[in-house]
Amino acid sequence: MAELQFREAIRAAIDEEMSQDENIFVMGEEVAEYDGAYKVTEGLLDKYGSKRMIDTPISELGFAGIGVGAAMNGLRPVVEFMTFNFAVLAADQIINHASKAKYMTGGQVDIPIVFRGPNASAGQLSATHSVSYDSMYAHFPGLKVIYTSEPADAKGLLKSAIRDDNPVLFMESEQMYGLKGEVPDEDDFTIPIGKAKVKWEGSDVTVIAHGKMYHVATQAAKQLAKDGVEVEIIDPRTVKPLDMETIVKSIKKTNRCVIVDEAHPFGGFASEVGYLIQREAFDYMDAPVQRVTLPDTNAPFAKNLFDKWLPSAQQVIDAVNTVTYRK
Amino acid sequence: MAKKNKEAEEVTFTPSGTGIRNNGRIERSTELPSPTRKKHKSLGLSEDDLVDMFELMYLQRRFEERAMQMYQKGKFGGFLHLYMGQEAISTGTVYALNDDDDIITAYRDHGWGLVRGVSPKEGMAELYGKKTGCSKGKGGSMHFAKTENHFWGGYGIVGGHVPLGGGIAFANKYKQNDRVTACFLGDGAVDQGSLHETLNMSQNWGLPCIYAIENNGYAMGTAVHRHSVGELHERAKGYGMKSAVINGMDVFTVYEKMKEIAKDVRENSNPWLVEIRTYRYRGHSMSDPMKYRTKEELQEYEKLDPVERIKKYLLDEEIIGEDKVEEIENSVEDTVMEAIDFAEESDFPDEEALYEDMFVEDDYPFHT
Ligand SMILES: Cc1ncc(C[n+]2csc(CCOP(=O)(O)OP(=O)(O)O)c2C)c(N)n1
Ligand SMILES: [Mg+2]
Repeated sequence: MAELQFREAIRAAIDEEMSQDENIFVMGEEVAEYDGAYKVTEGLLDKYGSKRMIDTPISELGFAGIGVGAAMNGLRPVVEFMTFNFAVLAADQIINHASKAKYMTGGQVDIPIVFRGPNASAGQLSATHSVSYDSMYAHFPGLKVIYTSEPADAKGLLKSAIRDDNPVLFMESEQMYGLKGEVPDEDDFTIPIGKAKVKWEGSDVTVIAHGKMYHVATQAAKQLAKDGVEVEIIDPRTVKPLDMETIVKSIKKTNRCVIVDEAHPFGGFASEVGYLIQREAFDYMDAPVQRVTLPDTNAPFAKNLFDKWLPSAQQVIDAVNTVTYRK
Repeated sequence: MAKKNKEAEEVTFTPSGTGIRNNGRIERSTELPSPTRKKHKSLGLSEDDLVDMFELMYLQRRFEERAMQMYQKGKFGGFLHLYMGQEAISTGTVYALNDDDDIITAYRDHGWGLVRGVSPKEGMAELYGKKTGCSKGKGGSMHFAKTENHFWGGYGIVGGHVPLGGGIAFANKYKQNDRVTACFLGDGAVDQGSLHETLNMSQNWGLPCIYAIENNGYAMGTAVHRHSVGELHERAKGYGMKSAVINGMDVFTVYEKMKEIAKDVRENSNPWLVEIRTYRYRGHSMSDPMKYRTKEELQEYEKLDPVERIKKYLLDEEIIGEDKVEEIENSVEDTVMEAIDFAEESDFPDEEALYEDMFVEDDYPFHT
């Protein structure tokens, strides 16, 4: 095992895949000569040259679409968005084209493309730079959506995403890029898309949390452990397709569930998973599912408001207390 | 069809290297057109105007120098995009426009706020995220606004505010109120489709709007020629739109040209695409190693400093003396320091503010 930063794990995945397949190229704002806005692609220009490491203008709609077209025509683009907040401008290409062209042409084209970049908030960056988009893309048929929380998952899943012949959205977090974690050194380490992982075992309550929220959940779990509450944390890692089997199995054991999600409450990951739990495991529940999400407001700039806005470990603890009837 | 053997050729896409390409020569990232030769009198500016302009430019500079220090001390967070080097544009423009003409810009907006009625106190408090800020601490550095003074704000999505500028102009034409809109954008925003869609409609519909590109040589770490083909102002040709390219390091030039252009827009209700060439002295934001440009290039532009330039004019023309300059600088410094005290002493927004300003109703049933 090697200890890698999140950004290094992502870079390693891209690097390993690029070295094996000439058709893979990286495209996005500041990815090449600047070495990446968050240094994820550092050094790759030197290694692969300007044919395969392409700096784009600030033209998200255009370069995302050029990626889709190139994928239709046999290449395997890895398109970086400086953040998924800016991918909103490219939504037409992702939602109307990448996700639908195969279906509309009766299967005549494949779109092996990865759209990747940081998702959601990264401190006080105000309303337009703080939104979590995994649930939104998961709404649309034809897209796979991954939002990982740890370097090993990031590496293994990004490699799978790049090899996948479908459009995949791969989400990261600016605030996690420096986070370190053990990453297996084994040759060609991959993790299959669509598999959740039980990251903490416990018997009292199941907490489902992905991306940056996984770390909020672990903070809460550590605190709760001191009070004798054993939390089981499931990191779905892939939002879509969603591994309900692992979730249901855990709930059959704990009979209680809290979902932590960095999206707004209406129609998000938490609402979907909450629905599926009542459909699949209603008879096993000892309490209604609780969720911790962002409030139904935009991101404020002021520090005190922002801190209140972002889901906190305390909110997770409160939700656990609710489902365990402890308070 | 015959196929050429391309094996041996190296394939590349984005051009590389720093600086703009000028007939094969690599010089600066932006080539400056000549400044105006007119003196203030023939431009219709009084001596008092000049002194005020200098004070306003120096205020923008000092406000940001101090803001930068406070940021580095960790007094507030978020992004901080500094306008330093570009102050002639904001200042020349507000003097050229009427006070009820409309201005909208992107996130590099501190200077624009200060010239359009955001007080140094309100501005600094906004950076600190305090309730006394111009946007109640909700927006921060990127979202200064003062709509009562027709400053519609700074916006953080590159190119996102450009159609808004067109819409403000649309409403002015609709209401026949003779107001002109000036919509400022960066060179990087030229590459967004939103600009081109808006330019087309603006020309076709005769919208009274000046789309003004502040070409400061770079979009983040990418020199203009690396992100955009051709000359930016020439984009106007495809739309049959009037255009100009202006030296943005000289406040007189900005004033002169923007005044002529605003007059034309007001009289004929037609849009303009204007490229104002300038230079950004600091990094893109606060975490920019600036490897994409040379020290020499930066130094060349520092020699053209717009604030120093007007100061020198005031002294050379003996409009004011060194002692008066010093007095102005000291009083600006005091103003800025008072603004910092004000920001530090102000309260953060109340917790309820999280749910305020979302809808016009104050009893909207938020989803939980
Ligand atoms: C749609 C979108 N894409 C990317 C960004 C990130 N970003 C912020 S500023 C910037 C560079 C813009 O350069 P320019 O328009 O020249 O303005 P300047 O910073 O030079 O004032 C980039 C890429 C963004 N805010 N919005
Ligand atoms: Mg620029």
